[in-house]
Amino acid sequence: MTFEKVAQVIAENRDMDVSEITMDTTFEDLQLDSLDTVDLVMSLEEVFDITIEMQEGLKSVGDVVNLIDSLLEKK
Amino acid sequence: MSFTIAGTGKAHPKLVVTNDMMSEIVETNDEWISTRTGIKSRYISTDETLFDLTLAASKQAMKNADIAADKLDFIICSTMQGDYKTPSLACQIQHAIGAKCPAVDINAACTGFIYALDFAAALMDSGRAENILIASSEMMSKHIDWSDRATCVLFGDGSGAAVVTKGDGLLAMRLAAKGDEKLLVIGGSHGNNPFDKKTPVHEYLTMEGGEVFKFAVSSMCYDVKYVLEKANLTLDDIRMVIPHQANMRIITAAAKRLGLHDSQIMSGIDRYGNTSSASIPILLSELIENGTLKKGDIIILTAFGGGLTSGACIIKL
Repeated sequence: MTFEKVAQVIAENRDMDVSEITMDTTFEDLQLDSLDTVDLVMSLEEVFDITIEMQEGLKSVGDVVNLIDSLLEKK
Repeated sequence: MSFTIAGTGKAHPKLVVTNDMMSEIVETNDEWISTRTGIKSRYISTDETLFDLTLAASKQAMKNADIAADKLDFIICSTMQGDYKTPSLACQIQHAIGAKCPAVDINAACTGFIYALDFAAALMDSGRAENILIASSEMMSKHIDWSDRATCVLFGDGSGAAVVTKGDGLLAMRLAAKGDEKLLVIGGSHGNNPFDKKTPVHEYLTMEGGEVFKFAVSSMCYDVKYVLEKANLTLDDIRMVIPHQANMRIITAAAKRLGLHDSQIMSGIDRYGNTSSASIPILLSELIENGTLKKGDIIILTAFGGGLTSGACIIKL
């Protein structure tokens, strides 16, 4: 469920088809630089109503989905 | 009550430093800087003092407002640091233009111009002033670490000024602060106290870009919506939003979330870089000077910066 929402946000954000995004897709694949990543994180914060602290470890869609799941559990 | 903007002015150093010139100082290039920040060049001081720039901008604003120095009731300068710790920049200006009124510097980093406008409104509303000179001036070139390629490419020097007079141009105002000593810091001088045991703070600007970006976009969106609601207006009533010029990407991200049209957003970051609190009055002055903004236009000024501070206001020109 989290993955579908994340993929949807990324697809809208990057103007691409949602089917192109998998858990293994990296930010590099998406050609996201550091500020694009922050922009994306902010959109995800709104969608999931959570606060995500920026961290170096986030490199792929899977990383983001796992982080959001752990934050949602703590809510 | 409160104020109307009677005249504006601006000044910058003569030296234009392009991205190519920056690439000779640190390992960077024009493409990297342009796409990530929108900055193409910035003005950097050589023999100009902050006083020189502030005086030029102030004189222009007074001339455009047709207000003589002896008519000023207060001078407020916003700056993170003038040429001296004392006298203040405002006192230097007071002396140079021959004004007799009180003069003080305030520091709200990049939000300084909005804070100064709010203080001016308070002085007007309490009946203590009718004409106030505000000048926002920053010499970022002495606060940045010229060996740090992540930050030194972002900033420039300049001064923007406005003379405000008693009137009803201010439609809404919001100031905010969220004290933080990590995300955006510029250290100070250490002195030579022989008893000092504290660890000296890093002298130059350091910034956690990602978190500052988040703060900037979210506070701009919040503050703009807040002042619109307070003034009982919608974005359709707004001729233009003049945001603090820190990074084109911040401006674009906030504009997208607010639903602004391209014609409602103005930027001068390509030529100036981030001039901190000077960025809004410099751009405002340019837009009035070139006829883009006219009497009666309703505009929003919105800023965010070190402190952390943020603020926005709606002004009818």
